[in-house]
Amino acid sequence: MTHLRFVARMAWREGRATGRKLLFLTAAISVGVGALVAIESFTDNLRTAVEQQSRALLGGDIAARLRGDPTPAYRALLDSLTRAAGADPATDLSEVVAFSGMSYVPRTAGTRLVQVQAIIGGYPYYGSVKTEPAGMWGRLAEGHVALVDPSYLTALNAQVGDTMALGESRFEIVGTVTGFPGDVGVESAFGPKVYIPGQWVPETGLLTFGSRYDYDWYLRTPATTDVAALATAWRAKFVLLKGGLRTAAEEERDLKRFFDQLGRYLGLVALIALLLGGIGVGSAVQVFLRQKRDSIAVLRCLGATSGQVFGVYLAQAVVMGLAGSLAGVALGVVLQLGLPSIFDQFLPLDITVRPSWRAVGTGLGVGVWVATVFALLPLLDIRRIPPLAVLRRDVEISPTAGTDRLAWLARAALVLSVAGLAMLQVQSVPQGAVFTAAIGATLLLLWLAALGLIRALRRWFPHHLAYVYRQGLANLYRPANQTVAVVLALGFGAFLLGALAVMQHNLLRQLSLDGGLGRPNLVFFDIQPDQKEGVQQLIRDAGLVATGAVPIVPMRIRSINGRLASAILADTILQKADSSAREQGERGRRDAWAVRREFRSTYRDTVVASEKLVVGDWWTGRGGAPPPASASPVPISLEVEIAGDLDVTLRDTIVWDIQGVGVTSVITSLREVNWARFEPNFFVVFPDGPLNDAPQSFVVLTRVDSAAVLGSLQRAVVERYPNVTSVDLSAVQQTIEKVVGSVVLAIRFMALFSLATGTIVLVGALATSRFQRVREAALLKTLGATRRQVVRVMVTEYAALGLLATAVATVLASIGGAALTRWIFEIPFTVPWVAFLVLAAGLILLTVLTGIWTSLDVFRRPPIEVLRAE
Amino acid sequence: MIRVNALTKSYLSGGRPLTVLKNITFTITSGEVVAIVGPSGSGKTTLLGLLAGLDRPTQGTVTIDGQELTRLSEDQLARFRSERVGFVFQSFHLLPTLTARENVEVPLELRGEDAGPRADQLLSRVGLGGREHHYPSQLSGGEQQRVALARAFSNRPKILFADEPTGNLDGVTGAKVIEIMLELNRELGTTTVLVTHDAELARRTGRIIRLADGAMISDERVSLAPLAHADRGREQSED
Repeated sequence: MTHLRFVARMAWREGRATGRKLLFLTAAISVGVGALVAIESFTDNLRTAVEQQSRALLGGDIAARLRGDPTPAYRALLDSLTRAAGADPATDLSEVVAFSGMSYVPRTAGTRLVQVQAIIGGYPYYGSVKTEPAGMWGRLAEGHVALVDPSYLTALNAQVGDTMALGESRFEIVGTVTGFPGDVGVESAFGPKVYIPGQWVPETGLLTFGSRYDYDWYLRTPATTDVAALATAWRAKFVLLKGGLRTAAEEERDLKRFFDQLGRYLGLVALIALLLGGIGVGSAVQVFLRQKRDSIAVLRCLGATSGQVFGVYLAQAVVMGLAGSLAGVALGVVLQLGLPSIFDQFLPLDITVRPSWRAVGTGLGVGVWVATVFALLPLLDIRRIPPLAVLRRDVEISPTAGTDRLAWLARAALVLSVAGLAMLQVQSVPQGAVFTAAIGATLLLLWLAALGLIRALRRWFPHHLAYVYRQGLANLYRPANQTVAVVLALGFGAFLLGALAVMQHNLLRQLSLDGGLGRPNLVFFDIQPDQKEGVQQLIRDAGLVATGAVPIVPMRIRSINGRLASAILADTILQKADSSAREQGERGRRDAWAVRREFRSTYRDTVVASEKLVVGDWWTGRGGAPPPASASPVPISLEVEIAGDLDVTLRDTIVWDIQGVGVTSVITSLREVNWARFEPNFFVVFPDGPLNDAPQSFVVLTRVDSAAVLGSLQRAVVERYPNVTSVDLSAVQQTIEKVVGSVVLAIRFMALFSLATGTIVLVGALATSRFQRVREAALLKTLGATRRQVVRVMVTEYAALGLLATAVATVLASIGGAALTRWIFEIPFTVPWVAFLVLAAGLILLTVLTGIWTSLDVFRRPPIEVLRAE
Repeated sequence: MIRVNALTKSYLSGGRPLTVLKNITFTITSGEVVAIVGPSGSGKTTLLGLLAGLDRPTQGTVTIDGQELTRLSEDQLARFRSERVGFVFQSFHLLPTLTARENVEVPLELRGEDAGPRADQLLSRVGLGGREHHYPSQLSGGEQQRVALARAFSNRPKILFADEPTGNLDGVTGAKVIEIMLELNRELGTTTVLVTHDAELARRTGRIIRLADGAMISDERVSLAPLAHADRGREQSED
């Protein structure tokens, strides 16, 4: 009790005077805690929003989906489901047809690929659609009217009241849709949404042969209906007819799972920032104790035990950790307000931002714990400061014995804490362990690199340099230098940003479509056989070269190796129902998708430039002739990935259903396809002949280099052939960049926390060794150094520090990025030199400015004042 | 009271053992005032550190009131210092983050005692009444050493160890500090061990132990002489 009172009193007195010195220590913790609280709170808000809005997200209680036209059997099934649910088909069942098409406004120029939602019925049954002017959603059933995404008006320079052309139909734009329940902002990158009454779909003429469209039905059930039981009982029937069922509860469960996952991984980034803060705390405590050596020795001399003195400084670290965590909580609550706008491109929800007490508690607890556990190791050194240090400044501090049990315990506590926090954060022991190992390895490599470079600099010191540069470089290894701390703090933030730059660069490069060297950059598709010549003529009229029309034959799998697709699908349903084998179920679902999907295949006798034969022989290979049109089975070539999904290989037989006609085929080759080429690429290629009379549509490509010609050609084609859709490469590229950009923005925002913490730790590390530098600069000035020379010494030191940290970080980021791209994403790796140069320049500038800023005293005070104070 | 027997202290210097104290033996009785003198590097401070239990000898023993210091653990030594020892240092060694009063309170607080009234009384006694709430940086060197004196006597120590107590003070101020120290010493009957370069100060004690090259070369008893600066010091104001 006596001890505790003494410890508390001394800690309070010490903290009162030295609190300001430890202020940055609290700031280092604050940023990490802030990020953690913001993310955790935001995740809680998301969960609440999902719970409250799950039915609005789906638009009904149950949704059924089908790609392509519903058969009478499917409609009958829907009818039966509606009755079984106790609902009225007239009022409780809505039909939405979703498809893409070209649209324009006759009054203005240009065309736009739009995502059409054609609605019949009261959909959405839950949530409300926000329109401008307000209340226009109800008018959608009243005639030839349309509501459009605001971006549609911007793109076509149109306004409310204009006429919109969509296929053969004309609609009056009566307003814009500013908020639709369940809509995700990033979707609009694929083209603005346009809502029309469902009864006019046939009139548009857009759902022609070969078009892709989805049917969705939304069912509102009475409150007494057991929706889950209903879905379980009916799902298999829908799947067997190649459709699917979803309930609001499933939507809620999946979204929650997704947001939990998102929250966990974003939280991991926050945790990294917090751990960096922990390193800052450790480094601050170490330097602080160095300054407190005399006081500690005096206390020991006056009779304080090492335990008591340890307690005094531990209590200060804990209180500072608490203060930092409290500031972090406040920061987190403020940051949380901004998070919805960072992530709104991915959020189908209206979020009510409210601080979560669970998040606040977690932030406080984790913040104090991290501060404490990182302070422990340096604090244990207190035991090694002998009271004799009062009498002899030069007394040697006894080295830590390798068997120092407390030090080993503190190290174990540190490692276990990091691992435990990571495991709790990602809710997975193996993933948490991998995270800890990765963090540990990165820090270890940064630390080793810093030590190695210091030693190398010492050994191969550039003696030929001018004095000011030599002095600046020598400072990197002088006693009590902060080189390792700065490299760790700055390097880790730089590593994260660097790794992100590597991923962004390589993913974008992979996703970017190759349209260079005069290759086609405009594609027209859904061309009917009788429109083929006309479209090609329009292209030629524009002074361009049209490629030959590529045929597309839609087909589905009827059987594989004699096994009916319906039987394969039934198996996958059974697998999925087996909840004990969830992984298996996920796999089964993927297979089901491949079996159930509609294949859009082509026929030709040549291998095109964007593909490469990997196994088997092409039918015209080795001097062979094309098979006759009547050949059976027909030799086909499959793309290698889809063959894996279908679990088929060479000589396997697939019977295709082409508009009700069965075509037997045998796989004779597998191809690798470069999907990045802006060309029509196919999963399945047939030989020229057997499919020539099958129902088909065509794709025609051309190369346009002038934006004006592009716009007028697209408009001319859509005016003459409204069902023909065109997409130009730059539009696709913009879409990809917009989607990737949104993801990168979100991740970069989180990585900035680490850089912010790194900067605070950097400021702290430089500030703690400031006295030494200020004194040295005063000495230099006394000996006749000009202000310019002193600045040069400092700039050399800080620039070298920044360069060292960035160099190590970018090398590590490249190694990590190369490993990720090669083994996880399986794409080729290149170094993002420009991003690295920008990063390096930014960080070196940051280090130099921070260093100069913390040493401004040198220029403010006359040298004698500094020397006297020392 | 203090029994020193065959005390030897060696360090490793450049990988070789360096003996800084060689086979020192003496006894100091209760209430005695002893000066340890000798040139720089003679081992004075090392001896003081060993007597106060701040360091451990290579050979030999230090026994205080029948308790052999070499047998005590670090924490037992700390308790021993807290209960029986007071210190005055050349560079004062006040805790810079504590006020004068709080500095004086520390030794008693370590024992869990209410230290406030005793601290005020001692600060008045050393002539610093009214400066209790000043921080060390707000006090002159002489004032800081007087606070250190008050702190040294706050736990009513049986033994006072003083390491060059006037080393950082000018002659007048140093004399005044010594005057107060010796007065408190007389009042409380404290045994005092003083390390000093100052021959005049050494003569003010009852006994002088001389060291040279780590060995004790003399142990002489002296008759107390008045401190030359003391009278002048009373007339002059302090720095």
